[in-house]
Amino acid sequence: MTTARTPVDPAGDSGYADHPPRMGFFTDTTVCIGCKACEVACKEWNAVPEDGLDLTGMSYDNTVGLGADTWRHVAFIEQRKPIGRQDPGLHHDQDVLTMAEHGTATQPPEAGMTPTTPGAGDDFRWLMASDVCKHCTHAACLDVCPTGSLFRTEFGTVVVQEDICNGCGYCIPACPYGVIDQRKDDGRAWKCTLCYDRLGDGLEPACAKACPTDSIQFGPLDELRERAGRRVEQLHEAGVPEARLYGADPDDGVGGDGAFFLLLDEPEVYGFPPDPVVTTRDLPAMWRHVASAAATLAAGAVAAFLGARKGR
Amino acid sequence: MKGQDAEHGSLDSRPAREAMTGVHTGRKRKGEQPVVPDTEFTSYYGKPVLNGPVWKSPDVPGYLFLGGVAGASSVLGAGAHATGRNRLAVAAKTGAFGAVTVSLGALIHDLGRPARFLNMLRVFKPTSPMNMGSWLLTAYGPCAGAAALSAVTGRLPRIGALATAGAALTGPAVAAYTAALVSDTAVPAWHDGHRELPYVFTGSAAVGAGGLGLLAAPDREAGPARNLALFGTVLELAAFRRMERRLGMVAEPYRAGKPGGMVRAGEALAVAGVAGATLGRRSRVARALSGAGLLAASALSKWGIFDAGKVSAEDPKYTIVPQRERLRERERGGDGWPAGNGAR
Repeated sequence: MTTARTPVDPAGDSGYADHPPRMGFFTDTTVCIGCKACEVACKEWNAVPEDGLDLTGMSYDNTVGLGADTWRHVAFIEQRKPIGRQDPGLHHDQDVLTMAEHGTATQPPEAGMTPTTPGAGDDFRWLMASDVCKHCTHAACLDVCPTGSLFRTEFGTVVVQEDICNGCGYCIPACPYGVIDQRKDDGRAWKCTLCYDRLGDGLEPACAKACPTDSIQFGPLDELRERAGRRVEQLHEAGVPEARLYGADPDDGVGGDGAFFLLLDEPEVYGFPPDPVVTTRDLPAMWRHVASAAATLAAGAVAAFLGARKGR
Repeated sequence: MKGQDAEHGSLDSRPAREAMTGVHTGRKRKGEQPVVPDTEFTSYYGKPVLNGPVWKSPDVPGYLFLGGVAGASSVLGAGAHATGRNRLAVAAKTGAFGAVTVSLGALIHDLGRPARFLNMLRVFKPTSPMNMGSWLLTAYGPCAGAAALSAVTGRLPRIGALATAGAALTGPAVAAYTAALVSDTAVPAWHDGHRELPYVFTGSAAVGAGGLGLLAAPDREAGPARNLALFGTVLELAAFRRMERRLGMVAEPYRAGKPGGMVRAGEALAVAGVAGATLGRRSRVARALSGAGLLAASALSKWGIFDAGKVSAEDPKYTIVPQRERLRERERGGDGWPAGNGAR
């Protein structure tokens, strides 16, 4: 048992005198192959219920986003952008999008493009990213929870106690990332626990265990941040200047994420907020304005009586 | 999203692929400053960034309305008590107790697990406005109840007076804290309005309580209720204007669509109610009509604000554009992170 070395120590701040290092995820989206093994492993291990089988038309993403019954979500983004020096795995002489547009029923003479027509080249890339609860350093869901159901674990993660949660729903709009949600037939709020039960037994979370490419890496947050920094440098040297980390900065609006990402485009492209801020940062100001507004109401009422002559 | 279509003409001819995201938006990089703030933005298939509020209607907007009416009515009731306006006092105190009772019912009904509502009181947690509100209602509710019971029955006048004072002291907080309740979320229209919403809420509460007083009070006791409604209308309108000016595009849901319509109708009704109560002060019918109008005004404004918040959470524009603008501002100031470079 060692204490976390980082200056920001959410577990220590929450009262754990002696605790293991802060654990987290580093999701390197550059090596994600979109297999969704993480989604499946998460559902299996945590017994998360099925939440509809829909075809959304959003590339290969039929999960849509995180929620009560989706604790890992793989995003798929199709872009007309060169992919750097990586092999996109496409036939360079074909434009699959144009082919798809014409459909399978188009006769070759009418087709704008056939498998033998030379295409525009490799101006196409697929971004895939496995999203998860960020286990923020300053977690709004935890701050606003009125029952104390949400709590900080000794690993610095944020977990819902389902035997306490009364389904008030406050954590849901408080989350700047849209992670936690209410399970409709159950009434309570659910989200990723970073496999708290597995961590206690020295196991890595189910999603990281199942990830075949190590796109999802689990470990002490300090180590992950170091490794991620090296990976970004490596990618920049390899000619992928757009590689950047998201959620790794302890000075961002949520004090840094326990689960952070290496992205190849702006965060909002992946459905992330570009500059999330924990809502409770402004709570002291809110309370001040509430106190002042309450005093204003009381003063207004006194004035209402002073301004009214007796018998009017 | 429109901007992308214009730039990539080929997309126009493929409606099935409109969902394609992440296409370069032509956004200005560091050094190039847009002349007008551009609202072009990228999102993930137009999906919301946030999971919006799951609070139900009419439970929660109904509570925002009734809690406000209750809190402000308790102040009105205490004033009437102190100045010997007995019928106004009885009306305001019973109105406050009725409103807070219905409020509690609505709040418990809105829970996903209503049987566990007492878990609200298993901790004392100033970072959670909902927890603070639960404690506040725990203090306020019994006071409002005792004040009303004593006023109606005429029994235990000393305890009644003490309870009236207690309800009057906690009432304004009951009316105001709900602004922090909604502001302390990531919902753009609610969070960003956190400076002005408390004043909008207490103003709206005064409008509702004034309306309730006008409905019930006889001619010679109606003055304070009318004045309170006037005060509330001025406070609410002024705070709302200020908030809209400060919020910019995030205030759109407060002006557009159905929520915007409710807010506008509420403002118009409040002004009409105050005018009606002032011009028709000698007419029982005019007073009652104005009172009902003022109550409706308070309800409409709370409902509109509630629904506008939901709209602002559902459209990724209101989440992404202001944050992107903030980042750009930081880059210009030099204390931000350069775009596309390392730690973000």
